[in-house]
Amino acid sequence: MTSLIIIGIYLAILLALGVCSNRLFRGTSLDYMLASHSIGPFLLLMSLFGTTMTSFSLVGSTGKSFAVGIGVYGLMASSSAILHPLCFFMIGLKVWRLGKTHGYSTQIEYFKDRLDSQRIGWVLFPVVVGFVIPYVLIGILGAGGTINAVTQGVFPDAFASSGGGVPSWLGSLVICGVVLTYVFFGGMRGTAWANAFQTTVFMALGVITFFVLVKGIGGKEGFLESMQAASSAVAPGKLSREAMPHRIYFAFLLVPFSIGMFPHIFQHWLTARDANAFKLPIVVHPLFVMIVWAPCVLIGTWASAASVGIPDTLPSAAILGFLVNKHSGEVLSGLLTAGILAAIMSSLDSQFLCLGTMFTRDILGRRDGDEKKSILYARLFVVAIVAVCYGLALLASTAKNVSIFNLGIWCFSAFSALFPVIVAALYWRGLTKAGTYASIITTAAVWIVLLRDSDWGNNTHYSFLGQHQIVTLVAASTMALIGVSLITKRPSEATLAKFFPDNRTT
Amino acid sequence: MRSIVWPLLALLVILHHDFWFWDDPTLVAGWFPVGLLYHVVLSIAATGFWLMAVTCAWPTDLDDESVVPVPSDNGLAANAAAEAPQA
Repeated sequence: MTSLIIIGIYLAILLALGVCSNRLFRGTSLDYMLASHSIGPFLLLMSLFGTTMTSFSLVGSTGKSFAVGIGVYGLMASSSAILHPLCFFMIGLKVWRLGKTHGYSTQIEYFKDRLDSQRIGWVLFPVVVGFVIPYVLIGILGAGGTINAVTQGVFPDAFASSGGGVPSWLGSLVICGVVLTYVFFGGMRGTAWANAFQTTVFMALGVITFFVLVKGIGGKEGFLESMQAASSAVAPGKLSREAMPHRIYFAFLLVPFSIGMFPHIFQHWLTARDANAFKLPIVVHPLFVMIVWAPCVLIGTWASAASVGIPDTLPSAAILGFLVNKHSGEVLSGLLTAGILAAIMSSLDSQFLCLGTMFTRDILGRRDGDEKKSILYARLFVVAIVAVCYGLALLASTAKNVSIFNLGIWCFSAFSALFPVIVAALYWRGLTKAGTYASIITTAAVWIVLLRDSDWGNNTHYSFLGQHQIVTLVAASTMALIGVSLITKRPSEATLAKFFPDNRTT
Repeated sequence: MRSIVWPLLALLVILHHDFWFWDDPTLVAGWFPVGLLYHVVLSIAATGFWLMAVTCAWPTDLDDESVVPVPSDNGLAANAAAEAPQA
């Protein structure tokens, strides 16, 4: 019960942050969607990092390390530490400059201008939203699973069917409600504040979690002795990558590029006060990735030892929650759970706000100067999106053994396949409208075919022609983009002059 | 310095594929798997690399004077101009 009270207090603080940020609201759609381009280096760092790190990074990485060992860090984290800043540097800076100059608030607005195509949104919008939804579901499912795991046995009568813990559907509902509230009232500024707060919380509590779990898992008096005991109990295969195929490892190098096309990251880039605000995120991001991922991977790997006693039936998403519940007191358990939820919510908020912005700007086309109506529509869309996503999460939770990690990889694969589109738009004058259509449609079609072929993601060892799906998707998308662009008409010279004024990029 | 940024980035990416520690379960100091330790150090090296990149290879055309909002159909640029503090 103490854990629940602490989680409740934490959620109340978030609600208060949303209300406080609302007091600074300037009453314009620019402020609601982009915080009036006022976000400085620290808030940008925390927003980008908090948005990038999800339950995938905490709950998913622990679960995957439990299954395959330490290789998960190289597979996902160190590649992100190198390549995420590259995306900020090569894509984010340019996007920010174009957004500030031409007034874009969504990806689609930029592509419409860049390609001289008002209809590109009709193709790009459903594809991007369709690929974001699984990412949102990762967060919602992760939140519900974490709360359920940490409250096991607290309500033996009321929630007997869910092990006496708060049912996942209820935990997910509360989290969705809290995020919705502060996004609704605070918009992008509230989201940025909440992200900064939550990123601080989950990083600090993550470190504390690590120290507590080391003692719990290792079972020795001293900290070093506990780590040594924990490591020595693990099967050697999980202390190396002997079971990890080189081609899979290499293929995963493409995963970090997915953030280059995430619409919510795009929107965060646009919020920067100036170009210099990007310097801190570019430099510090790799360090933050290491601080979050390394302890999770170690904990997951240590948990794979038989002596730790993880039940065979426990879903991978519940392993971290189970360990926290088992090895810490109620107060710490509540704090640590708040940290996990912080990581999850710091992504959900940006995703909800971004989807609301896209519906308002790209589908409804609200840009007639009626600010109150634009903000109202954006807020209503946010409410609708949260409701739809929550419903989909309930459906997804009925599927047998939903793996957060696998769900995430399919989502990231799709966005990595779209990455060539943004690179070409920013750096290649030869990109055409038809080439972009071809690339987007090819990505969507190949993704659906492969997903279906993999038994809707349940075949975790799926490959196509011996390659991981992400390789197939990126190759197909790139070939379509280049091939069709080379034989079709470029945008007008006026458009090209607008986006390549110095004519240096060919 | 600017000219070595991209080769250094390529080197980091190559170093990421550390086949030399692939099958090695050695525990450094009795607890830290060497394959994991290597990648933790690589992440720290990435921070150093990006610090060098923003110091030595920062684009020169991003100062405030060169980024001027222009009126457009998208509306927010004009909106931003209206909200900007007056000098």
